[in-house]
Amino acid sequence: MNNLDVTGRIHSFESFGAVDGPGIRFIIFTQGCNLKCKYCQNRDTWDVSTGETYTVKQLLDKIENYKEYMQVSGGGVTVSGGEPLLQPDFLIALFTELHKAGISTCIDTAGIIPLTDRIKQVIELTDIFLLDIKSINDNTCTWLTGFSNKLELEFAKYLSDNNKRIWIRHVLVPGITDKDEDLLNLRDFISNLQIEKVEFLPYHTLGKFKWEKLGLKYELDNIRPANTRDVAHAKKMVIGDIS
Amino acid sequence: MDFKQWDGFNKSGKWTKEVDVRNFIQKNYTPYEKDSSFLVGPTEKTTKLWNKVLELYEKERENGGVLDVDVKTPSAVNAYAPGYINKDLETIVGLQTDAPLKRAIMPNGGIRIVEKSCESYGFKVDPETEYIYHTLRKTHNDGVFEVYTPDIRAARSSHLLTGLPDGYGRGRIIGDYRRVALYGVDVLIAEKKNDLETLDVNEFTEEVIRKREEIGDQIKALNDLKAMAEKYGFDISVPATNAQEAIQWTYFAYLGAVKDQNGGAMSLGRTSTFLDIYIERDLKAGILTEEIAQELIDQFVIKLRMVRFLRAPEYNALFSGDPVWVTESIGGMGLDGRTLVTKNSFRMLHTLENIGPAPEPNLTVLWSTRLPQGFKDYCAQISIKTSAIQYENDDLMRVTLGDDYGIACCVSAMRIGKQMQFFGARANLAKALLYTINGGRDEISGKQITPKFAPITSEYLDYDEVMEKYDNMMEYVARIYIKALNAIHYMHDKYSYEALEMALHDRDENILRTMACGIAGFSVVVDSLSAIKYAKVKVIRDETGLAVDYEIEGDFPKYGNDDDRVDQIGVELVKKFLQKLQKHYCYRNSKQTLSILTITSNVVYGKNTGNTPDGRRAGTPFAPGANPLHGRDVNGALASLNSVAKLPYEFCEDGISNTFSITPSTLGADKKTREKTLVGMLDGYFAKDAHHINVNVFDRDLLIDAMNHPEKYPQLTIRVSGYAVNFIKLTREQQEDVISRTIQEKI
Repeated sequence: MNNLDVTGRIHSFESFGAVDGPGIRFIIFTQGCNLKCKYCQNRDTWDVSTGETYTVKQLLDKIENYKEYMQVSGGGVTVSGGEPLLQPDFLIALFTELHKAGISTCIDTAGIIPLTDRIKQVIELTDIFLLDIKSINDNTCTWLTGFSNKLELEFAKYLSDNNKRIWIRHVLVPGITDKDEDLLNLRDFISNLQIEKVEFLPYHTLGKFKWEKLGLKYELDNIRPANTRDVAHAKKMVIGDIS
Repeated sequence: MDFKQWDGFNKSGKWTKEVDVRNFIQKNYTPYEKDSSFLVGPTEKTTKLWNKVLELYEKERENGGVLDVDVKTPSAVNAYAPGYINKDLETIVGLQTDAPLKRAIMPNGGIRIVEKSCESYGFKVDPETEYIYHTLRKTHNDGVFEVYTPDIRAARSSHLLTGLPDGYGRGRIIGDYRRVALYGVDVLIAEKKNDLETLDVNEFTEEVIRKREEIGDQIKALNDLKAMAEKYGFDISVPATNAQEAIQWTYFAYLGAVKDQNGGAMSLGRTSTFLDIYIERDLKAGILTEEIAQELIDQFVIKLRMVRFLRAPEYNALFSGDPVWVTESIGGMGLDGRTLVTKNSFRMLHTLENIGPAPEPNLTVLWSTRLPQGFKDYCAQISIKTSAIQYENDDLMRVTLGDDYGIACCVSAMRIGKQMQFFGARANLAKALLYTINGGRDEISGKQITPKFAPITSEYLDYDEVMEKYDNMMEYVARIYIKALNAIHYMHDKYSYEALEMALHDRDENILRTMACGIAGFSVVVDSLSAIKYAKVKVIRDETGLAVDYEIEGDFPKYGNDDDRVDQIGVELVKKFLQKLQKHYCYRNSKQTLSILTITSNVVYGKNTGNTPDGRRAGTPFAPGANPLHGRDVNGALASLNSVAKLPYEFCEDGISNTFSITPSTLGADKKTREKTLVGMLDGYFAKDAHHINVNVFDRDLLIDAMNHPEKYPQLTIRVSGYAVNFIKLTREQQEDVISRTIQEKI
């Protein structure tokens, strides 16, 4: 099939992404996720059967309108979700075409997915990864997301071994993902990888209403949002002498 | 011509043969392509002076918004004794009256508005002055209402035509205040006398007589200006000798203008790079330091921040606070490819750091993608820090206006000293759409406002029928709109002529006059037409058959999402309305232009407009300027910017205003990234031929706190439409509108 005709299931777009990869980026949120993160701020992106279908051609036409902003700022396109890697064929077609147009590609993923040939092909076509490490502690990760972090850590290692640009992201949930012991282990883990940047995202409750809208119970109700002090502490623990 | 004051300048150009400030700039300025590291902080004098002014501001606020009024002496260029804040601290002097923040009355525009304004603030106009203006001297306002026809009056009171300058000064004329510094007043008077001789012709037509009378008034104004400066101890009949004098002379000229006129917008022009030439000359000669250069600019700006007019509270509610629109245009590129950015462009922006943010002067950066990186970075830095800068597309305007134009008011570009406009406020095209459906009856009062047009009687609105009838309605609106404006500007010239500002223009034959019309309710119309075209819109009528509400079945594309299906409706609307305006003769053969700008009056216009077919509820604010309606843009900020960028500047030469607000964290994780993102955003937006953008960077929480604790935020400045306002001076309603409407925040 022609790349341009390949389709993806899309949740929504954000034309002005300045915090999801370098420069100004057009962000495509794909529909469907394999994880069940308790703090998910986009609960409405989980369902793998819904979303609006777009062809690669339709997306390229949209993205074309933002080239001016991308070029001057060193930006590009970021695919986030949901879990983008659930749609590898779509990503391969889209990224191939974006590269033809000289536009940089980026994926925001948890990387909890087997490294199949298709996935390896996606990795090949992706310039930058925003890799969400949910928790270095396997029990915490399993409790939080419903899945072991084993695949995620393998994924990280594979990216590093293949000289991919990696930005590590880690959501700080007070009392859950910010334990000193775990942060030190995270530090050990990433010190063996080629990492460009580590970002700590303070847990917030702004996505809670989406759960309620869907009539679902939000389990982290009694957990406070993280603050700048939490972020500073985590930075000190993890980045300390790396950067 | 030659003057010893010109020693050290390059005199090879034609600027020494005739009045030509642009040529002087081109021959003498020093482009600056580096960064902001040379800038210095305020001097002790400046800080002390500014603290005194802040105390006065506080007193003004405590006094209900007006500190004092001279209720007897009508303002004129040379009407008052000199005034000072604290003589020892002031390096640039001159106040509008004999005391700081004391307001003058300007009854030539209309005596009733002066009386009303005085009364609202607890003052009373002197009986003798009242007698003169009620009995002996006719005003602009009297003249206009004498000639207004019933159709204009009806359209005006139903808010179909809004904000017309028939009761206040039209403003939006920029004198070339730099001429006074460069040439001295005597040269300018000699030029005017020469112009008068060329008008000694055989056929003494009304036009010739009027022009001769105007030149007579201009010469008188220039003489008054000299006399005013003399009271402060300066002889401005000759050129300025040094930087201090150049700034002082330029300021005197501007001061004369704001003593002569209470114009809706009294803009400064493009002075920074001109003044830089004097500063550079003094720095080279070793008679000036960077500290003192910055002090002069800081003190100049302090004076500009203190300009006050006496206006009715309703006016302030419409325009948010007390705006003067002392717009200063900064930067841009020259026709020869050199940048017009100088060190003084930086100094001017740096005042926002040295004496804190403020709405005035209205600092406007003429953005080009080719501006030096150091300047772009500094602009972004100051925007993020102060939210006090607006940006306009120099690459777009330079094509038709050259490289010595300035912005009047918010977005109206004009060549300095060579062009002026007849300000025309705006027509409410959203209301016009409702009148289309109701055959000219007002949707709120039920009254017949326009002549009887055939109303739409079907249950569901048919796009083609609506468009055909809307076309007729716009035809009608354009006709009475120009009628009203012709009356207004005829009378303004007759009873409240801007003699000093026009004295600082070229001779009349060389002046381009524009009739600056405007559109209000733009995004409401566009979304309504889109709803009618792409969804099904059912009309709800009351018992008299008046359409009072609409039910929308299905979804429709909305303006602000970079979707051509709807954005092109907007493009067509602009073209069509301008073409209708162009069918009519405009006073003094002025050229019709159009703007999409509402300032903050979008709140009031919305209040006076009923339910609209896009689903907007009656009374809800319109979006400001050309902004998409709040909440309708769902694809993020750039999609919204792209929609606005599509509107064709060639059909909207009086400006397309866009207000953009964003939280710091959305711009990026750290200071450097935020600055880089903002520069990229501006470059991208203007590369798409957009015209204007206001940039606000602040947190919603901060605004909410400022709304509840105004005393904590005396200088909090935000940008709305084409200018900046002091947030705490907005009405509660406007504050809530700003908070809910504009902030782009990603969850």
